Amino acid sequence: MALLEVNNLTTNFHTRNGVVRAVNDVSFSVNRGETLGIVGESGSGKSVTCYSLMRLIPQPPGRIESGSAIFDGTDLLSCSERTLRGIRGKRVAMIFQDPMTSLNPYLRIEDQLIEPLLIHEKTNRADAVKRAIRGLEEVGIQDAKNRIRSYPHEFSGGMRQRVMIAMAMITKPDLLIADEPTTALDVTVQAQILELIKKEQKANGTAVIFISHDLGVVAGFCDRVNVMYAGRIVETAGTREVYYHPQHPYNRALQKSRPTGDMKGNELYTIPGLPPDLSRPIEGCAFAPRCEFAADVCRSQPAHLKVIQSGHFSACTRIQNKEITL
Amino acid sequence: MSTSPDFLQITGLKTHFPVESGLVFRKVVGTVKAVDGVNLNLKQGEILGLVGESGCGKSTLGRTILQLIPATEGTVVLGGKTLTDLPANELRAARADFQMIFQDPYASLNPRMTVYSTLAEALQAHSSVKKNELPKLVGELMERVGLSPRYIRKYPHEFSGGQRQRIAIARALAVKPKLIIADEPVSALDVSIQAQIINLLAKLSKEMDLTLVFISHDLSVVKHISDRIAVMYLGRIVELGPASEVFDTPKHPYTKALVSAIPSLDPDMERTRQRIILQGDPPSPLNPPKGCPFHPRCSSAIDACKIDRPEFLTCGNQQVACIRANEIN
Repeated sequence: MALLEVNNLTTNFHTRNGVVRAVNDVSFSVNRGETLGIVGESGSGKSVTCYSLMRLIPQPPGRIESGSAIFDGTDLLSCSERTLRGIRGKRVAMIFQDPMTSLNPYLRIEDQLIEPLLIHEKTNRADAVKRAIRGLEEVGIQDAKNRIRSYPHEFSGGMRQRVMIAMAMITKPDLLIADEPTTALDVTVQAQILELIKKEQKANGTAVIFISHDLGVVAGFCDRVNVMYAGRIVETAGTREVYYHPQHPYNRALQKSRPTGDMKGNELYTIPGLPPDLSRPIEGCAFAPRCEFAADVCRSQPAHLKVIQSGHFSACTRIQNKEITL
Repeated sequence: MSTSPDFLQITGLKTHFPVESGLVFRKVVGTVKAVDGVNLNLKQGEILGLVGESGCGKSTLGRTILQLIPATEGTVVLGGKTLTDLPANELRAARADFQMIFQDPYASLNPRMTVYSTLAEALQAHSSVKKNELPKLVGELMERVGLSPRYIRKYPHEFSGGQRQRIAIARALAVKPKLIIADEPVSALDVSIQAQIINLLAKLSKEMDLTLVFISHDLSVVKHISDRIAVMYLGRIVELGPASEVFDTPKHPYTKALVSAIPSLDPDMERTRQRIILQGDPPSPLNPPKGCPFHPRCSSAIDACKIDRPEFLTCGNQQVACIRANEIN
């Protein structure tokens, strides 16, 4: 059985300018120990999906309209706050993009690291500190005994992200949600952090939901990938399938527009136009206005995820009807 | 082009920032050597990619070339004019020749000015344009960067990030510059929009014979657009050469690590290849290591690396600041 099963999740933001449909009928599952990537551009709903699971969406203006998220038998979306508090930070942990804003600048690393232990495991302070020091050593912070007394500003960006990882992993969670954990870091440090998450994941058998806008990072890191566009999952499959046999024009276009290996002089492939305004109702497929394969059916009929071949789902109507191949 | 002298000549350029301490009696307690002895020559119409990690001094170098930050030492010569020696009024006039595009198009455009007033101001800054010609000229500029002139009365907040970056590019082009320094122009944009802006910059550079310095931390973006690539580490250029060669056969150990850290779109390759993972963070420019600044993180470092700052060696078509460049390659 899957560790986490999300069914028909829909999250809207009720703003002055209308209802923004940030996440629209999203379903997916994560197995134990597995790494699931969620890729998409800004505004595609990848972060809101995960924030919804943890009920971290500011309400109002946000509202989780429908859906369920069964985590090991408990529905995260309908359980009591009390139950959720027992899960959040203990069995499901999260790392965020910007380690500066997610650490409290007034508190020593020590106090922030042991907080989950004091709350969730009722350990005494001395034991908790010991475990925190071990946690810091595991993420590669030298001289952890002294460094634990430092404040966040005394660490570099990469080091702060290490502290965040140590904090998230200290309770040995079953599921780690990593929201663009390397986007604010340099490529060389990014490689270190990815390696580290992998190591921690292996040691604890943790499942990871890895959110990123960078297709390259996801390629090497994830077992399965969800591609999101305009609040919906448009393609989902094993990583190799997603990269070698894309079954949605958006996924293919996204990969083609990345400058890799291409020599100077060749014009880069571009996706024309802009992502749609989610506060307006979208008829048909949301990607149709930018899609080179769009036909009348795409503009009039809403697109739904359907299986193309075993384990590979696509929300492209024309691919489902076998009218086009990519 | 080969007979003409280089259009932009940078010699021994240094930018140092004093670090002060104390409330009343402020004392200089140290120096951050953000740019520490850079030599570069660019031909007209050439695109140079400048890469490095955050804090390596690439942005400071860009700003020092444009005299937005005064140089501590060294000279910048642009089209025969020595910018570092020009008096303020002549420098101001010379600024028509060189422009900058910034990373964040949300911060670099005035939110209270329409596209028209932003671009008209730039057009009038260095030449006497007749008022009645302005709308036409602004319209032409907008078309040049791929924006429809019907948006002429709109404000920056009404545009997306990519469109704003187009406005910023149009503003830089308004004075008909010969040199543009683009400081991470696509880093704040989504992947699909990045490609549009890179194509636009490449096209403009070709059409207008623009010299372009493209600063980025993303090697794959830089490789696509540049003729040559310069890799910076701790205020110095450590490798310089033709884009494809720096990328495909890097010679400096730091460049090798940078190239190997770029994630590729090929899951099988990602899983099997050996990555060079650097240990630790770049050292503080306040207190750089003696000798080669990269030696504490370098896997090929020997004792000799800790003594002298390495000079450029020629290694194939590349210039490499590593004493072992010919040995290890």
